[in-house]
Amino acid sequence: MNLKISALDYIQEVKNGNVSAEDFVAKTLEQIETVDDKLHAFLSVNEKAVEQAREIDKKIKSGEKVGDCFGMPISIKDNLCIKGSKTTCASKMLGDFIAPYDATVITKLKQQDAIFIGKVNMDEFAMGLTTEFSAYGPSKNPWNTEYVPGGSSGGSAVSVSAFECVASLGSDTGGSVRNPASFCSTVGYKPTYGLISRFGLISYANSIEQIGPLTRTVKDTAFMLNQISGIDPNDNTTIDNNNEDYLSGIDSGIEGKKIGVIQEMIGEGIDPAVLSATKQAISKLESLGAICEEVSLDMVKYSVAAYYTITATEAGSNLARYDNLRYGYDFPVEGYEFNSYISKARRNFGPEVTRRMILGGFVPSAGHAGKYFLKALKVKSKLTKEINEVFKKFDLLIAPTVPVLPFKLGEKINDPVALFLLDINTVTANLTGKPAISIPFSHSKGLPIGIQLLANSKQDKLLLRAAYALEQTVTLPEVPL
Amino acid sequence: MTMIGLEIHCQLTNLQSKLFCSCKANYREFEINENICPICIGLPGSLPRLNKESVKKATVIAMALNCSTPEKIAFFRKNYFYPDLPKNFQITQLNIYGDTSIGGPGSIMVGDKKIRITRIQLEEDPGRLIYEGSSSKNQITLVDYNRAGTPLVEIVTEPDFETPKEVRDFLNILSDLLENLGVADPSLEGAMRADANVSIKGGKKVEIKNIGSFHDLEKAVHFEITRQESLSSRDIPIIQETRHWDDKRKITVSARSKEEELDYRYFLEGDIPWIKIDSKIQEQLKSEMPESISSKKERYVSIYDISSQVADVLSSDKFYSDLFEESHTEKTAKEIANIITTDLMGLVDTREKRESSKLTATHLRELAEFIQSGKISRNSSKNALYEIVKTGKDLPTIISELDLGNVSDASELSEIIQQVISEEPQAVEQAKTNPQTINYLVGKVMQKTKGKADPTLTLDLLKKQMDI
Repeated sequence: MNLKISALDYIQEVKNGNVSAEDFVAKTLEQIETVDDKLHAFLSVNEKAVEQAREIDKKIKSGEKVGDCFGMPISIKDNLCIKGSKTTCASKMLGDFIAPYDATVITKLKQQDAIFIGKVNMDEFAMGLTTEFSAYGPSKNPWNTEYVPGGSSGGSAVSVSAFECVASLGSDTGGSVRNPASFCSTVGYKPTYGLISRFGLISYANSIEQIGPLTRTVKDTAFMLNQISGIDPNDNTTIDNNNEDYLSGIDSGIEGKKIGVIQEMIGEGIDPAVLSATKQAISKLESLGAICEEVSLDMVKYSVAAYYTITATEAGSNLARYDNLRYGYDFPVEGYEFNSYISKARRNFGPEVTRRMILGGFVPSAGHAGKYFLKALKVKSKLTKEINEVFKKFDLLIAPTVPVLPFKLGEKINDPVALFLLDINTVTANLTGKPAISIPFSHSKGLPIGIQLLANSKQDKLLLRAAYALEQTVTLPEVPL
Repeated sequence: MTMIGLEIHCQLTNLQSKLFCSCKANYREFEINENICPICIGLPGSLPRLNKESVKKATVIAMALNCSTPEKIAFFRKNYFYPDLPKNFQITQLNIYGDTSIGGPGSIMVGDKKIRITRIQLEEDPGRLIYEGSSSKNQITLVDYNRAGTPLVEIVTEPDFETPKEVRDFLNILSDLLENLGVADPSLEGAMRADANVSIKGGKKVEIKNIGSFHDLEKAVHFEITRQESLSSRDIPIIQETRHWDDKRKITVSARSKEEELDYRYFLEGDIPWIKIDSKIQEQLKSEMPESISSKKERYVSIYDISSQVADVLSSDKFYSDLFEESHTEKTAKEIANIITTDLMGLVDTREKRESSKLTATHLRELAEFIQSGKISRNSSKNALYEIVKTGKDLPTIISELDLGNVSDASELSEIIQQVISEEPQAVEQAKTNPQTINYLVGKVMQKTKGKADPTLTLDLLKKQMDI
């Protein structure tokens, strides 16, 4: 049995009767058993997956109506709530937290007969770019296990690229889906803000983050969007997409589309291999009939500073609820006064989370907000204005997903500022609410390089169309597992 | 000069659900921690889902207090750690980036005095702390989250009050107004709470927090003025501070200074987009607003010729004015107003009695008609009303069961009158010369009939039988 097939091919195989959901899921669990000791993508595995797949097979055999996913095994980032299963955010603070409800995306996928094969690793509370900040140890890059897989949705990217699932859901606050997708050679998607309900996604910086799929192909991403997007009464920030079908017309090409090449994202510090891959991508797009031109986004140089100021502020507030009084981990309250209890209980946060919460207590505080937080909001609104102007002239924008190649585990963990700069090409989409996609494009020294495309708000369909066109020009090596 | 400003917290008790989830706004009937869900206890991943009805109700309050109502409102996070606050931030409103609270400046007349409203905001109520254990050493704090997320409207006034009495008058008017709007039941325990700012001449502003009822608010303000005046008379400076109202000892106690240093790090709540309340919606809300108390009063006086005093009492209480509106006809209006204010209010003077009362509008109308047509005397009508409230039986049944009907049979009455005339020769003589004293004889007839004699008929027959 071939575990390497795409989601759409899986569905076809099951429909044709060539593959049963049970066999595929069992085989996937074997794969996890075989490779995950080495890769550490999973924090927990669904023990009932085979049983659930068998039920779906029964439905298929009896001719009952079956959901669009046909028992497809999907991995879920551990900051998404699945009723009755541990949801830790890769943090000791939520070490014993079992979610009592389903996230909206989980409800939707359940209705379509998806199988949640397991919960996957991430940087603690999604703060990081390598998974090295997971309280349960880092994941490894399947292309070279000495290298980081990217983050924070590292477990998602690893599990897709190492065939431990067919697709995965991650979350993207400043590049957390696109960055590991780029490092592990998968497709990674950050939709228009509000396209996918965040209900059940454990917030880090709620005003800019979105859930996004990681898949093997662009079409699989479009398929996943069809399943999980749309307005949700449980998330007041969702937008109505009128049940858009993201697969229809995906192959209609990009002839005549104007694409801007963001100069600030291919400048200083970029790895030559990444730069050359970007140039190749541009010429391929041109050969498909697109018109590519240089474009400048002045505010990008302030974007990372603004991003960290805003995310720290929101994180400081979003993570305040973890006082261990209602849920969390085992730590008796007897003998403590409230304030001393919570400050003690909260010592279980890891170093990166602690760092950002200290920052989050400072930058919006009275007397400092004007210098930091309010300025960051100004950058955000100026950047949005700027990019909106650009989209009056251009249909799409292009840049490498990450300006550098994957690096070794431990190489940058003690250099927070160097890690921060890895965000430079991805945070713009979050700060402006625009959709962005990373697609596997090239390799250098056996390490993947991803190319990023951006589109205007609610132009997700056009973005997928362009990504699909570019994807068709690429042939990539197989992951050396 | 003494200056008092208030911050009133009013729960929107008449709403179906909490501010951000579908748990009940009326949490009082639940066992501890039974009226909760992932949203109102702030579980990881939950998001606020704004109750649109609460926005409408709060807007209506702002309108009734003559406040400006912005076309776009926003919510903010107020960040602080406290065990009754499940998310360790409160979703509330603020005007730091323009007027984005649900109500802007307004005012209300209290007697002849104008009290200015600074702003009105919509926010979530925290949970409730329960302290157990006898001494401070073994004391434990328990938290009941049933209340967490209940819609709360905060009404902030300018420091326009000068005496505790003005505060009380304002609170009475405000309670009646909120009840009349149908947004809240101020009589429910904990539905109305307040903070007060008090300063006297030459002293700094002192904030009193935690006042759990309107009744205590007046007391707290009174206590605080006395305390400050006493300090001032001894030349002790009054410092700016926050004090807590101790409702057991009925005094204010200085809060730890730490609380004053709290920095709430307010910022926009990104999970709730800005809400548009455009002029069309505002017009709609205005047109659906119940008639104001003052307009009701005016109408009662001018159309039904009800006395100003009775109209005042009737209009300011929603329960009674609703009953009046439902039961009255043009002819019976004045009679019904009198029955309600002189008899009914004494019978159902508590919430429990109101709730268990079996009286309907039809009962009331019928009673007024019976009085007007002489089928029952005003005296007996009181007994009948008592029975109706208790049993809900219809009026004719009650009259026959308790024998409350008027004696309006001329021959039966004539006999009784003849008896009275023969028993009271002196009074009869007097009445002949001074017709006004005839009422004494009417009274005697009433006595004999236990108040059931038709008064008009009695008078006619008396005159006839005495030849006057």
